[in-house]
Amino acid sequence: MDQENKINELIEKKALWYEKTFKKTVSRFPERKKEFKTSYGKVVDPVYTPADVKDIDYAKDIGFPGDYPYTRGVQPTMYRGRFWTMRQYAGFASAEESNKRYRYLLEQGQTGLSVAFDLPTQIGYDSDDEMSEGEVGKVGVAIDSLKDMEILFDSIPLDKVSVSMTINSTSAILLSMLMAVGEKQGVRHDQLRGTIQNDILKEYIARGTYVFPPDPSMRVIVDIFEYGSKNLPKFNLISISGYHIREAGANAVQEVAFTIADGIAYVEAAIKAGLDPNVFGTNLSFFFNAHNNFIEEISKFRAARKIWAKVMKERFHVTNEEALKLKFHTQTAGSTLTAQQPMNNIIRVTMQALSAVLGGTQSLHTNSFDEALGLPTQESATIALRTQQIIAYESGVTDTVDPFAGSYLIEHLTKDIEGKAMEYIKKIDDMGGMVRAVETGYVQKEILNSAYEAQLRIEKKEDVIVGMNEFTTEKGSKPTPILKVDTSVEEKQKAKIKELKEKRDNNLVSEKLSSLKQAAASKENLMPFIYEAVKAYATLGEITNVLREVFGEFRESVIL
Amino acid sequence: MEKRIRVVVGKPGLDGHDRGSKVVARALRDAGMEVIYTGIRQTPEEIVNTVLQEDADILGLSILSGAHMKLCQKIIKLMKEKEINVPIFLGGIIPADDIPELKKMGVNEVFGPGTSFEDIIKRVKEIVLGTAV
Repeated sequence: MDQENKINELIEKKALWYEKTFKKTVSRFPERKKEFKTSYGKVVDPVYTPADVKDIDYAKDIGFPGDYPYTRGVQPTMYRGRFWTMRQYAGFASAEESNKRYRYLLEQGQTGLSVAFDLPTQIGYDSDDEMSEGEVGKVGVAIDSLKDMEILFDSIPLDKVSVSMTINSTSAILLSMLMAVGEKQGVRHDQLRGTIQNDILKEYIARGTYVFPPDPSMRVIVDIFEYGSKNLPKFNLISISGYHIREAGANAVQEVAFTIADGIAYVEAAIKAGLDPNVFGTNLSFFFNAHNNFIEEISKFRAARKIWAKVMKERFHVTNEEALKLKFHTQTAGSTLTAQQPMNNIIRVTMQALSAVLGGTQSLHTNSFDEALGLPTQESATIALRTQQIIAYESGVTDTVDPFAGSYLIEHLTKDIEGKAMEYIKKIDDMGGMVRAVETGYVQKEILNSAYEAQLRIEKKEDVIVGMNEFTTEKGSKPTPILKVDTSVEEKQKAKIKELKEKRDNNLVSEKLSSLKQAAASKENLMPFIYEAVKAYATLGEITNVLREVFGEFRESVIL
Repeated sequence: MEKRIRVVVGKPGLDGHDRGSKVVARALRDAGMEVIYTGIRQTPEEIVNTVLQEDADILGLSILSGAHMKLCQKIIKLMKEKEINVPIFLGGIIPADDIPELKKMGVNEVFGPGTSFEDIIKRVKEIVLGTAV
């Protein structure tokens, strides 16, 4: 065939070039490194040609944006239609403080909210619980009851602003609170837009805010799918997250593989409970990391989209096109930020964000430059948002869909990441699926190995981190101002709980909590019961404790 | 023969960011120390009990949630009550302003982001073997 002859001719020509031209130069001017590698250890050639993409069938493997397998994007117009949602993760101290920050960010042109909760809220402890001591309001906002949530969204119209909530073990409670606040604003449940993270598997793997053991946790997630796909059609009921897996040390292939394997586990659990993936499949979303290796990252996003579409179509026989599309949020990689010379982080974030945009993200959080030091100040948070706006409005990369497609290297890497990720997914299937692979610690160990290797590369200066292991300055420049969380927030929250418990109808609360307990012990969908308890102003801790009594608590097996 | 240093690496509080504690634990192990890693979400009581049971020479703590002041205070108080005299090093996101107070409280060393394994290993040895200045 003509095409095949051409490729063969090209392979010969490249070999010739390599022997004659390339080696001649290298013998006089050696390359900087013996090998150039991606995050997942693939050795990268000096140059890529059509021969490296010869096995890729354009129509089948790449296709057109908005068409299967969505390698080029999930919408036909992408950012020509509208930009991604600029959604900065924010929240600290009290609901009052956080509400102020949200309103500021919206005034500055942010287009969606992303709520950071403090650890007690994420793990189901009220602010007055002994376990919460020292943690209240620290890494996010403290929410103890519907009262706090009403303050958090005061003057923020929930029919217009979409709300993403990083909440997992207690997601049913926070989702119920959001629905109840919406109701008070006159917003119907089917008008609410947003996302709950609700991804428990990655909590066991990498993030650590688990409460219950895997089986009851999966049941609550499926309950949310069932309830939500009927009542909250515009809501993403899960955000299957590779972000934290990557932050914990995984490489790009592991990030994609473990995330998709988590997704498979949720879809299987829901199908087993009798749900239709054509229906709930449209309410699934994803969350990825944008790391340092620019080209690798663009390829990674494209590969993830393609794999998910194929998994949904071929493995789960999904026919609804909307349920084949991998929609995702991206956050730039917090673990790449340095405490040394922190302003350099602005540049890191810019490049990482650009890779997410070139990879076709639906929404984006850009980190603030001071996040290796503490929570972002208003100034650093504003620069982070401006970074996205500059990419969107000034760079021109948004005028064409998937502009890097057709790059020999990008297409080659997209295919390579897909292949390597599928090998991992096969291995996890053979172990009996992701829940089992997590229980045995296999996934955690794989990630830790990668994290340790990455750190050793930095120690040996094989990987250079500017300002940290090279180009260091002895004396730090002027100290960066750090956001100090008001320590009185813990006492204030305690006082609020005390007042709430005096004022609310405590008989109603006990009644709702005991119905919830009965439902938890049966097979009934828990969402309506949690919603009722929330509306009666039962606290987050009270509701979680009822579930703890029925479900028990998870304790990790330590992997080192 | 040089005595093998026994280190307990603990993650107190609700913080789940364990990448730092795990890689540091591994590095100390690879440097020839005996390392007991507690896992995440330990209460101060649990950590102090581990130090006691494992007869540790030094305790390493990792906290990224901002709860370091309260947690260190509680751990040090418990150790004093139980008359455990073991030095402590701390890693994580610790604002520079807090370090003098932590040291006054009884924390021997604080390692910020970007500290090399080499520095951590060296300092741990110095503190345990009493060669610290």
